[in-house]
Amino acid sequence: MSDITSGKAPKPSLWSKHKIFETNSIILIIGILVVISIGGLVEIAPLFYLKSTIEKVEGMRPYTPLELAGRAIYVREGCYNCHSQMIRPMRDEVERYGHYSLAAESMYDKPFQWGSKRTGPDLARVGGKYSDAWQLQHLNAPRSIVPQSIMPGYPFLAQTDLAANDIATEMKVQSVTGVPYTKEMMEAALDDLRAQTDPDHPKAAEFAKRYPKANARDFDGNPQRITEADALIAYLQVLGTLVDFKTYDNKANLR
Amino acid sequence: MATGAIRNMTGGESLGALALAVFGVACLIIAGLTDHGGYAFHMVVFALASVLAFRAIIVRRYHGDGPQPQEINGKPNYNFGPVKFATAAAMFWGVAGFLVGLVIALQLAFPVLNLDLPWTSFGRLRPLHTSAVIFAFGGNVLLATSFYVVQRTCHARLAGDLSPWFVVLGYNLFIVVAGTGYLLGITQGKEYAEPEWYADLFLTVVWVVYLLVFLATIWKRKEPHIYVANWFYLGFIVTIAVLHLGNNMTIPVSITSPKSYIVWSGVQDAMFQWWYGHNAVGFFLTAGFLAIMYYFIPKRAERPVYSYRLSIIHFWALIFLYIWAGPHHLHYTALPDWAQTLGMTFSIMLWMPSWGGMINGLMTLSGAWDKLRTDPVLRMMVVSVAFYGMSTFEGPLMSVKAVNSLSHYTDWTIGHVHSGALGWVGYVSFGAIYCLVPWLWKKERLYSNRLVEWHFWISTMGIVLYISAMWVSGIMQGLMWRAYTALGYLEYSFIETVAAMHPYYVIRAIGGGLFLLGALIMVYNLIMTVRAAPNAVEKSLAPAAGLQPAE
Amino acid sequence: MANMYAFLANIAQSVGVLYFMAIFLAVCIYALWPKNQSKFETAARLPLEED
Repeated sequence: MSDITSGKAPKPSLWSKHKIFETNSIILIIGILVVISIGGLVEIAPLFYLKSTIEKVEGMRPYTPLELAGRAIYVREGCYNCHSQMIRPMRDEVERYGHYSLAAESMYDKPFQWGSKRTGPDLARVGGKYSDAWQLQHLNAPRSIVPQSIMPGYPFLAQTDLAANDIATEMKVQSVTGVPYTKEMMEAALDDLRAQTDPDHPKAAEFAKRYPKANARDFDGNPQRITEADALIAYLQVLGTLVDFKTYDNKANLR
Repeated sequence: MATGAIRNMTGGESLGALALAVFGVACLIIAGLTDHGGYAFHMVVFALASVLAFRAIIVRRYHGDGPQPQEINGKPNYNFGPVKFATAAAMFWGVAGFLVGLVIALQLAFPVLNLDLPWTSFGRLRPLHTSAVIFAFGGNVLLATSFYVVQRTCHARLAGDLSPWFVVLGYNLFIVVAGTGYLLGITQGKEYAEPEWYADLFLTVVWVVYLLVFLATIWKRKEPHIYVANWFYLGFIVTIAVLHLGNNMTIPVSITSPKSYIVWSGVQDAMFQWWYGHNAVGFFLTAGFLAIMYYFIPKRAERPVYSYRLSIIHFWALIFLYIWAGPHHLHYTALPDWAQTLGMTFSIMLWMPSWGGMINGLMTLSGAWDKLRTDPVLRMMVVSVAFYGMSTFEGPLMSVKAVNSLSHYTDWTIGHVHSGALGWVGYVSFGAIYCLVPWLWKKERLYSNRLVEWHFWISTMGIVLYISAMWVSGIMQGLMWRAYTALGYLEYSFIETVAAMHPYYVIRAIGGGLFLLGALIMVYNLIMTVRAAPNAVEKSLAPAAGLQPAE
Repeated sequence: MANMYAFLANIAQSVGVLYFMAIFLAVCIYALWPKNQSKFETAARLPLEED
């Protein structure tokens, strides 16, 4: 291997290859890029500027800090692997789950959680269907309520304190990309989070003003602590309840 | 090799060592700053990997390792070290991924196996399974074969000295970080794109180097033409880069937080996700593995591909049509109808180029069909092409909205995916690895062809059990959901349809177990091939004079 | 925004179809061009060559 230490060293390193210009492979890459770009552009770009993509509805608001933290737990535990949040406009689905899902209902969802598999039922409108106590018991031990259920148990949620120190920063990041959190909402994030689990909280009225009609109560039956179960149940209880379907005009939103 | 004289560091080594040092220190600082345990663990893993790589760069000079000659005695001095590593990694991750698949299949049949612990629940293990089989197993197979094929068809040594090693080691480090992240609850929550922002960034760097190594090797080629397998590899590498960047446009919450939020939301995010998701199938699991088909089947059958012209038409038509098909994952959702219709139309058209590829693969055997009886490895690859034909027929069928209204959200999708994943991707990978191991380790043949037969038949039984169980359970559940009584009420509650799935989930787990068993037989066979199979006799009698190809 | 939709749909149904046809024809012509045949035959034998 003396040629390595001598001056005639071969230079197989990538750094020395920059001078080579090989026409064919570059043309090939350009061809590939052109061919694959068109489809993506045509299908994705209009979704951003066609106003009809997201229906006009009333009642949509961003998630409260507690709901947002609960949503993060929903994502963390991979609930989307078995539960969809997208009711299709078919007779049986509408009868089983409620009004079919609108694009507007997930307009603040980062990431979207429509899912692709229903090993368990759809959760798009699970909010308000069951009591908090039911949800807690079901999360702790699903088969104690539904004997044939194949859902994993999540008893650790009610035993783990919610870590929400970053919640204001998280709202900030979301607001940068279009979620309408106000400065006030971000500054009061931690107070709002506590106020939602405690109706007697001194800031409860302010919270109710910032997030009208939001559920505010102790969700996990343990007022001493704010646990991950508090957050997750708060999130589940708001799912599908925001849009006011009394004022929704189906015909105006045909697309 | 050792000559005593310690050479100076090359430019690549100096730059690499410097980059590693900066990266390692930065990771350690972040590990100290964050209060998220899992994230700190990942930063320590990155730092540790940097230290090890740094040490390897410094130490290799003392062992006389370094840039190798491009040619020895006028013959290309192929670089098979990274290929060997990726091949072994593919088998390791394959077995791990199949095992996790078996575990989650059993969890669906027997939910007590979730253990009610965070790290063992289905929701965290399922992404581990999908990533392990697609990106860890499949990805390493693609790395190994692409680095092998591009060298052999260009008659040139792999470009770069450290870069190829950075690609294979970096990619596997990404896998470790991604996989442990799921277990620790670090996820973006987007199917098949679960790794968080820092893992995504790291993968981007690895992928760009991968593209450069691959391209630079093509630039060094002695042949005027770029063999079609390399077209497919290039299509796969370039498109996966675009998809990865598009679907992972996230803003980190902060440098000390593992979490990030995607720029798009709701319906736009859904479209981006399935544009990514379906093309991960199209370009990772299809184009990449078609490249394997276009090299290994002709090579093993010892005859050129049936129609080279068809392969060119097939290539452009496939990549052109595939990119449009994503919206068929969102039929009847809140995605606007026009996008759904586009997705369906292109998915149906996609049937044609898919079958073009199948015909090309199968017909390569024309005049040599007898080899199917005598060569179980070739048989495995040909059966994989047949499975490819089957699942690319089923795919367009399921993308028709009327069919999709029944199949969507059910196990039919799972069955469809696995006929492609186990039958096509799995078998063509097994075939390629059965070919590669004797070639790479310079063995005359595999340790045992009988064991390949056993692998083939056991895993075929596994696949048949798996996909038929999923067809039945999927169609049955879809029909039960929409069943009405004579009085016009929904006939079944949701939980009744879940309970009805139990026997099929057991059968599916048995099928998965058989597939895993087959893979274990394969691992044994390959280990014994490296250890005990007779060495290949060098065809040329030129004196090698102590010159060994670099490992 | 119905106009925008109609506009896009019109483009897709006219220019889009022509674009698809053009790409497909170009690929077919390249693949079937008689002069390219010997090139392809050499290329097809690349995997079988030993060195």
